[in-house]
Amino acid sequence: MNFLFHTIAGGIILAFLKALALLVPLLIGVAYLTYAERKVLAAMQLRKGPNVVGTFGLLQPFADAIKLLMKETIIPAGANRLLFILAPILTFGLAILAWAVIPVNNGWANANINVGILYLFAISSLGVYGVIIAGWASNSKYAFLGALRSAAQMVSYEVAMGFVIVSVLLCAGSLNLNDIVLAQRNVWFFIPLFPMFVVFFISALAETNRSPFDLPEGESEIVAGFMVEYSSMPYALFFMGEYASMFLMSALMTILFLGGWLSPLPFAPFTWLPGPLWFLIKILLCLFVFLWVRATFPRYRYDQLMRLGWKVFLPLSLGWLVLTAGVLIATGWLPHVS
Amino acid sequence: MALLDRTARGLLLGELMAGMAVTLRYFFRPKATINYPYEKGPISPRFKGEHALRRYPSGEERCIACKLCEAICPAQAITIEAEPRADGSRRATRYDIDMTKCIYCDLCEEACPVDAIVQGPNFEFATETREELMYDKEKLLSNGDRWEAEISRRLELDEPYR
Repeated sequence: MNFLFHTIAGGIILAFLKALALLVPLLIGVAYLTYAERKVLAAMQLRKGPNVVGTFGLLQPFADAIKLLMKETIIPAGANRLLFILAPILTFGLAILAWAVIPVNNGWANANINVGILYLFAISSLGVYGVIIAGWASNSKYAFLGALRSAAQMVSYEVAMGFVIVSVLLCAGSLNLNDIVLAQRNVWFFIPLFPMFVVFFISALAETNRSPFDLPEGESEIVAGFMVEYSSMPYALFFMGEYASMFLMSALMTILFLGGWLSPLPFAPFTWLPGPLWFLIKILLCLFVFLWVRATFPRYRYDQLMRLGWKVFLPLSLGWLVLTAGVLIATGWLPHVS
Repeated sequence: MALLDRTARGLLLGELMAGMAVTLRYFFRPKATINYPYEKGPISPRFKGEHALRRYPSGEERCIACKLCEAICPAQAITIEAEPRADGSRRATRYDIDMTKCIYCDLCEEACPVDAIVQGPNFEFATETREELMYDKEKLLSNGDRWEAEISRRLELDEPYR
């Protein structure tokens, strides 16, 4: 124990173990999110979903993973080999990287940095590079169109998302994710900032390229978008990256609006469950809504998507930001940070 | 005013919520899926499945090689050759159905004057090679022996509607 806590090498090993303790459950979660998605979609379409591999089809994700691993990695003749391979690594890596600052319980973050939310925002914005590089390096028109759509979409929704986050920060008075959660001890932010919560949720759908904003990979129009030319493990990396970023967005939503690891009411029956479990429950709830939305709505048309981002969400979030600031100043509730 | 109304409705997401309520209701409904290889759906007595040549209860084959089925077959999938047998009765020496040509229209069964060729209830006769789908008389007769119980029951059930 002493070795772990008091030497440099021990510190490195400890950091590694801490990262592993977060990543292993995350990757298992990603695997089972694909299973959950298929089950939820199936149930909403009156089907049964995967139920053959293992009990209730629970081994399906592993069967899929083995299938993808066994397949050949095809690199198109006209593709830029380096970038073609780099793009999925980048997408997946970034989706994982962001988890460094997510606090699972009070103080349980791998890196409890004071600009946590900025770090998250920067990382999730970088995600668009993976998509663009993939689209460009594939040297295929479908991939390229998908990448263009994706870039435009992610950039437009990030603006509205930024304003939403700023209005949360105004209420919390800190950029530290841990402090943002602690600022919700009295009331979770989704109650006073409900419209922003909705805007954030919809933007998160657009940000993670989920239905009904899955234009970058609109199957009926441009085959699989930026992923057309990918097969085998690179494809699996894109896939896992998408689901990991769904997890990330749900975690972010939980931290910003749903009180992170806090129990719904601060007394007995609710406080029996430990914080990380509450955190998990809230994330799963958000993810269920992601899947629920996918089962419900048809895909947006591209111009509608842009209209929604720039002409509805941007003014709405900007207006609400000003309103929030005004109310906080007028009532003197503005949190003062020394 | 109409604009205001529309905007308010849009911002309150009423229609979206109604849509999501529908999918949530369906989420809890019993599923329509039949777990196919383990469960099977009901089949009508008129189901037009795999062909079979039937026999009389005595064991004598019904087909008299009148070639009506060959004549009516729109896909020209049936080939028949006939010769008188030693006891003087007319029988098919060759009765072939090319199952890859067959369109499963049931006209052969309609044309048959002695109820020899029928389309039975079996639909699981996929094969791994094309050759296996070129049925000869022997295969058709063995189909008939295998499915006779069900075929005769189905013919009986369908009789009032013919």
